[in-house]
Amino acid sequence: MSIPRRKFDTLVIGAGGAGLRAALQLSQDEAMVAVVSKVFPTRSHTVAAQGGINASLANVTDDNWHWHMFDTVKGSDYLGDQNAIEYMCRAAPRIVYELEHIGVPFSRLDNGKIYQRAFGGQSQNFGGDQAARTCAAADRTGHAILHALYQQNIAARTHFFDEYFSVDLISDDDGYILGALVVDIASGEPLIIEAKTTLLATGGAAQIFRTSTNAHINTGDGMGMALRAGIPLQDMEFFQFHPTGIAGKGMLITEAARGEGGYLVNGNGERFMPNYAPNAKDLASRDVVSRAIAVEIREGRGCGPDKDHVLLKVDHLGADVVHKRLPGICDMTRAFLNIDPAEQAIPVFPTAHYTMGGIPTNRFGQVVVPVSSGPEDEVPGLYAAGECACVSIHGANRLGGNSLLDILVFGRASANHITGYLSEHRHHRELSESSVDKAMQRLLRWDTKGEGESVAGLRNDLKRVMEEHCGVFRTEDVLAEGLDKVIALEKRLPDVRLTDHSRQFNTARIEALELENLMDVAIATVCSALSRQESRGAHSRIDYPERNDVNWLKHSLFYKKDRQLDYKPVHVKPMTVDTFTPKERVY
Amino acid sequence: MRFSIYRYDPDADTEPYMQDYVLEDCPADMMLLDALLLLKEQDETLGFRRSCGEGVCGSDAMNINGRNGLACVTPLSSLSAPVVLRPLPGRPVIRDLVVDMEQFYKQYRAVKPWLQNSEPEPEVERLQTPVERDQIDGLYECILCGCCSTACPSFWWNPERFLGPAALLQACRFLADSRDDATEERLQTLDDAYKLFRCHSIMNCVDVCPKGLNPTSAIGRIKQMMLKKTV
Repeated sequence: MSIPRRKFDTLVIGAGGAGLRAALQLSQDEAMVAVVSKVFPTRSHTVAAQGGINASLANVTDDNWHWHMFDTVKGSDYLGDQNAIEYMCRAAPRIVYELEHIGVPFSRLDNGKIYQRAFGGQSQNFGGDQAARTCAAADRTGHAILHALYQQNIAARTHFFDEYFSVDLISDDDGYILGALVVDIASGEPLIIEAKTTLLATGGAAQIFRTSTNAHINTGDGMGMALRAGIPLQDMEFFQFHPTGIAGKGMLITEAARGEGGYLVNGNGERFMPNYAPNAKDLASRDVVSRAIAVEIREGRGCGPDKDHVLLKVDHLGADVVHKRLPGICDMTRAFLNIDPAEQAIPVFPTAHYTMGGIPTNRFGQVVVPVSSGPEDEVPGLYAAGECACVSIHGANRLGGNSLLDILVFGRASANHITGYLSEHRHHRELSESSVDKAMQRLLRWDTKGEGESVAGLRNDLKRVMEEHCGVFRTEDVLAEGLDKVIALEKRLPDVRLTDHSRQFNTARIEALELENLMDVAIATVCSALSRQESRGAHSRIDYPERNDVNWLKHSLFYKKDRQLDYKPVHVKPMTVDTFTPKERVY
Repeated sequence: MRFSIYRYDPDADTEPYMQDYVLEDCPADMMLLDALLLLKEQDETLGFRRSCGEGVCGSDAMNINGRNGLACVTPLSSLSAPVVLRPLPGRPVIRDLVVDMEQFYKQYRAVKPWLQNSEPEPEVERLQTPVERDQIDGLYECILCGCCSTACPSFWWNPERFLGPAALLQACRFLADSRDDATEERLQTLDDAYKLFRCHSIMNCVDVCPKGLNPTSAIGRIKQMMLKKTV
């Protein structure tokens, strides 16, 4: 069977903020860019980001990039790479001004400058007073940014493959990544996109959990592709649980609700965060707030008849502030809870939200793996940016407002490096037919007919196991049992069969391919979590309650082959300033 | 709860048909998308788009009991049974509830929906007062779900020539932005018997918009700007 081929200079997989930022710059640089996305670009999950993007513009409080850097390093529980964090925090103001110039409708201060609000983990002067660093377009900042980036890409005439699903990376025998096998969802037809560079910008994977704030599409497709290409995933034990998902449903209630002055109360009507974070209170880091909520509930101080959630109050702020600054949240609570937050408190619970781990990269977006000379050899032609990547900026815990920043800064950094790479690699290399065959096998496997269990059945089991065995608090026993269960689930995967074998817009087939990715990501997560015998950031081990910098100030690397784990050192040396040495983390 | 859902797979079916489904024990606060996801567990051949599940991505627009809306923010409790689900009207059906939106996107692109400013870029943000910024509230929030344009009789009749409410709302979003200086050119392009003036203020768009936006009023604002320009 001969598969059609298209050739581009560069392939971008994923059309969220990272992919579109990179594509825009590359198109403007006159590279031939193909953007492949399994959904129409503005349906990517960046659209759901609410609160804003961090940059030390100092429009509201005194601020500078070095304070932003300190907060990010501290927020990461010292697992973030300080060279990359310095790079990001320095780049932030320029990135935000650029967004403003391309049309993002930021909210404004009376003096006409960009509105900034307080967010969790932000301080002035290295741990002093609360800073207001998060640039916002009401509480629809992700929507505003994603649409503006897409609009500019239309102007730049970027070539889009909308509703194409990426099956696997293709390469040559020397290990160069040369594009991907994709499938047109509408027609079901496969297509090889050959490219000199490939950027994975496929987003996060919180769909491995039963309840999450993530879109249905966040199935870790790029992470799965990387694992199958022999590339490890880094720091997968660190999954962020957002403190304020709507209880029992999962929709995100932005941290901006607390940034604007909201706070949490328990079943006794008591504001409890001051007991856990005397200074920052409700604006402590997300890991701290999520654990506090979990403890309140565990100790019987939850709200509601089942004492299974806490309440987020913003009703004291006045209807004007709530409706003006948090209109999206008002829409959401009206639709899903039938309440107006200006009048009534919102029931919330910590909910799986963000994948701190991912495909290991350096600060240029190049995917790096330990091969020969050291822990970080570049994979030629392969880049990753955004939530699917692990630079690592966020370390063990991401600060609110740093993910929109991450996707744009490293989307741009990747584009910068790709431009250089393209000037040095002017010709397409010959791809290996065996890598195409392997990718096709993955696709064709789902044409097998006959009796078997369903994709949905196995997926539901997987999500339940992950929720029960890999949540906010973890122990050796629970994780080990979880790993056994997930491995047992993986063994069932070959027996899954589709009943839908139509070629046309076959969403069942896409969900099957997504399930394979979810399975790989889930196993990486549990294995990494079981091995890390300490508590750091979002990874909270009851049996190892302390952070252990002597043994565990290192990144974990999980390989699909034999479920092997490896480790590599943290870059503790920044680009120009002094290292922030690990300290006890109090808010 | 009973459902009657439009089915068509061009690979297998010579013509579309309605298929009945039943879902037992639907919780009171269940959304239509949750129901569809459960129905898809029963019958994985049922095709529809979905992503965010909270009304911000615009994937799951469909015709629900005769009215366009987003499945994820439509409570089952607001619907009478059987719930009749059809693809968005007037667009070619790819399969089941999935329609080809290309013409809709083409009209969106036709209004040049990006900020144009020919001034040199300052090293910081361009200033905009809160009052100027308020001018684009009610315009920038569009999620391109297509509920409005596919509910518009003028768009059904002339999808190639009438831009439709969604694209015109976008046109207004940039006309209303104090930072955009392509006003003259934008108005000139829109001044056309079909592109803009096929809107007859039927207001189906306003009725169905899941984000509570008002394309008819945006179209009115464009007409006013044109009038101002000519006098």
